[in-house]
Amino acid sequence: MKRILTAVTAAALTIGASGTAIAGKAEDTLNIVWERELENVDSYFNTAREGIIVNRMTWDNLLYRDPQTMDYVPLIAKSYEWVDDTTLKFELKEGLTFHNGEKLDADDVVFTYNWVADPANGVKTQQNVSWIDSAEKLGPYSVQINLKEPFPAALEFVSGAIPIYPEEYYTEVGPDGMGLKPVGSGPYMISNVEPGREIVWKKFDDYMKDSPKGQPQIGTIIQRTIPERNTQIAELLAGKADWMWRVPADQADRLSSSGKVTIVNEQTFRIGYITLDSSGVTGDTPLKDVRVRQAINYAIDREAIVEALVRGKSEVVNAACFPSQFGCTDDVTTYEYDPEKAKALLAEAGYPDGFSIDFYAYRNRDYAEAMMGFLGEAGIKANLNYLKYATLRDKIRAKEVPMGFMTWGSYSINDVSAITSHFFKHGSDDLALDDKVKALLDRGDTTVDSAVREAAYKEALQIIADQAYWVPLWSYNTNYAFSNDLNFTPSADEIPRFFTASWK
Amino acid sequence: MLIYTIKRFFLAILVALTVSVITFSLNQLSGDPAIAMAGETASDSDIEYIRKLYGFDRPVHEQYLSWVARAAQGDLGQSFYFRIPVTDLLAERLPVSMILGVSAITFAIVLSVPLGVLAAMRPNSWLDRFALGLSVVGQAMPSFWLALMLIVLLGVMFPILPMTGSDSWQNFVMPTIVLGYYATPAIMRLTRAGMLEVLGSDYIRTARAKGLKRHTILFKHALRNAVIPVVSLAAVQFGFMLGGSIVIESIFALHGAGYLAWESIGRLDLPVVQAIVLVFSLFYIVLTFLSDLLNAWLDPRIRVS
Repeated sequence: MKRILTAVTAAALTIGASGTAIAGKAEDTLNIVWERELENVDSYFNTAREGIIVNRMTWDNLLYRDPQTMDYVPLIAKSYEWVDDTTLKFELKEGLTFHNGEKLDADDVVFTYNWVADPANGVKTQQNVSWIDSAEKLGPYSVQINLKEPFPAALEFVSGAIPIYPEEYYTEVGPDGMGLKPVGSGPYMISNVEPGREIVWKKFDDYMKDSPKGQPQIGTIIQRTIPERNTQIAELLAGKADWMWRVPADQADRLSSSGKVTIVNEQTFRIGYITLDSSGVTGDTPLKDVRVRQAINYAIDREAIVEALVRGKSEVVNAACFPSQFGCTDDVTTYEYDPEKAKALLAEAGYPDGFSIDFYAYRNRDYAEAMMGFLGEAGIKANLNYLKYATLRDKIRAKEVPMGFMTWGSYSINDVSAITSHFFKHGSDDLALDDKVKALLDRGDTTVDSAVREAAYKEALQIIADQAYWVPLWSYNTNYAFSNDLNFTPSADEIPRFFTASWK
Repeated sequence: MLIYTIKRFFLAILVALTVSVITFSLNQLSGDPAIAMAGETASDSDIEYIRKLYGFDRPVHEQYLSWVARAAQGDLGQSFYFRIPVTDLLAERLPVSMILGVSAITFAIVLSVPLGVLAAMRPNSWLDRFALGLSVVGQAMPSFWLALMLIVLLGVMFPILPMTGSDSWQNFVMPTIVLGYYATPAIMRLTRAGMLEVLGSDYIRTARAKGLKRHTILFKHALRNAVIPVVSLAAVQFGFMLGGSIVIESIFALHGAGYLAWESIGRLDLPVVQAIVLVFSLFYIVLTFLSDLLNAWLDPRIRVS
């Protein structure tokens, strides 16, 4: 019912929209809307993807990950080098300033790294910073960062989750002050924050001239939180908003054909998967038998679901990782849709008439129901329990979920250690508990030698696929809808970069 | 009247305490706040760290008592999510819900009471049919649908009203209509039924026979008796509108307390959920208390028994 209503509404909105956009271009103000109330603009104290967007706009890191090539390029740092497995050295650019005029030099970098590394300061995602042992100043523009142990994915964090903060200002105002009056050195400076409701940015005129992020083009950017997607679409059509994302596929089609706004689809790092209790920690279920798990893999027509429901640039994934991530390979055992083979495997495992099992999910109910349909054809009766994310995750960790449809966005980290290692190293989300896989992942996670890493991860992914510990499903995609006046290019890491946007 | 008032007052306090206990225990059942706060990439040690930091590892009754003790002093704690005091958050969000609630109930009463009276005066006339039609539609139409249709009409096709935000009175026009209309059918039907019953009673016939003026009969004698149940209903509806406008607040991006409560439940921001439930139930309790008093004043039989 709700789907029909939204469809009708979208149709009505498309027909109803009249005239051209007014607000944005004429006033050089980009109005962006999203649905999430961001808890704190200080990126060390939020866990939301929207927080990453704010982070990239407002602050700079030592390095920058190029969204197209995925290479790490100099940003605040002029150059970097791995001195050994646990030591990173950075030479900084000179003459950089923060938005408040404070000079950016080695002191700020050393301060930031040491401050976030101290657990007492309570950085919300400790995993982003827990690899740092300490930072030392080698000279006014030279810094050394010491790691606790070899951590090959370190540059992901150097270029991602660890923006450089102004020492004097942050010491004075602390996280609460930073949350309300943020100061960074990025392409845009924040001029106003109303927590959870609105953020206003102005172009930073003294921004680094040779920045790989480019130079900010648009004068003012205003973000507003609008929880209801239909309202966002209405504002977009009425020209009161210039940009929105996560437009559902059916509405995107309609908006696109109306010609009043531009729709662009892009993949994201997020993949879907079904976690299966192969070790029996949740109780004695048929899933302990590898043939049953393989049967489940064969039973679900992932291609069909991607084509009909997920759509966009999404693709079926076969390994337990996102294809662009370092160490990920699709060269593993794959399970093409084959209901007959599924039934045969089930019969062989002693379930000729199938069985019934609890199936959990927290998002994309339509995908979950489609999968249940396929499972039903093979004789597996999946009973759906649809929960809130936090509740379901809680239940998985309490070992109460034999079979769950989950997704993982890897925090946009382009390295398999952010996904495969998270799930298969006997942590609380691991239902496979395979010692060999753990050993291989450990090997890959603790050396900076790329060849060793790739080989280790490949073997681990191969075992995961052979044993069918997961049903890897598909990558996610998102639709961006924006004003026809706007030049905007999305990227697969799902971090919209408004500092590269401009008016046509 | 005094004894009646005191009795009602103690009952109200008991209800308030019960509500706080129930909310607190339900919150405890709804999941582990440490996991929700840590976010999706957190490791076990992150979660353990947060659990200790916020005292989730303490016994439940200890957590409850310390919360009540601080709440009594006006300290509702700090939002886990926003990291600002809950009282600051409420000071920002409650006024929006209050404005919306007051304007919606006013809209509902202004629309439905006169219409109900008119319908009762001329039963089965076209006016009565119109009132009936209006209330049937109001009852049947989901409010989010009406909200979206108003947005299409007044925001997109004829852009005369702002669709989102709470900066000016214009922002409240559409939400008021939607929320107020939702309460209209019940109030109107009750007014009509009450008036019909009263107008057919003996003392009205007597009043007419005495030759009293028509509007004196209608407003002084009939309406006063007919509105007694309407007062109770309106009080309940008002309470409902303050707390139950989640859908409306989210569609019109009003950022009021109802939406804040809803979101806070999702992110297990317990201090905020508890504070909002407490504040709203206090409103409810106060409103019920006041409507009881108002009814007792309107109808002497209530205060005597």
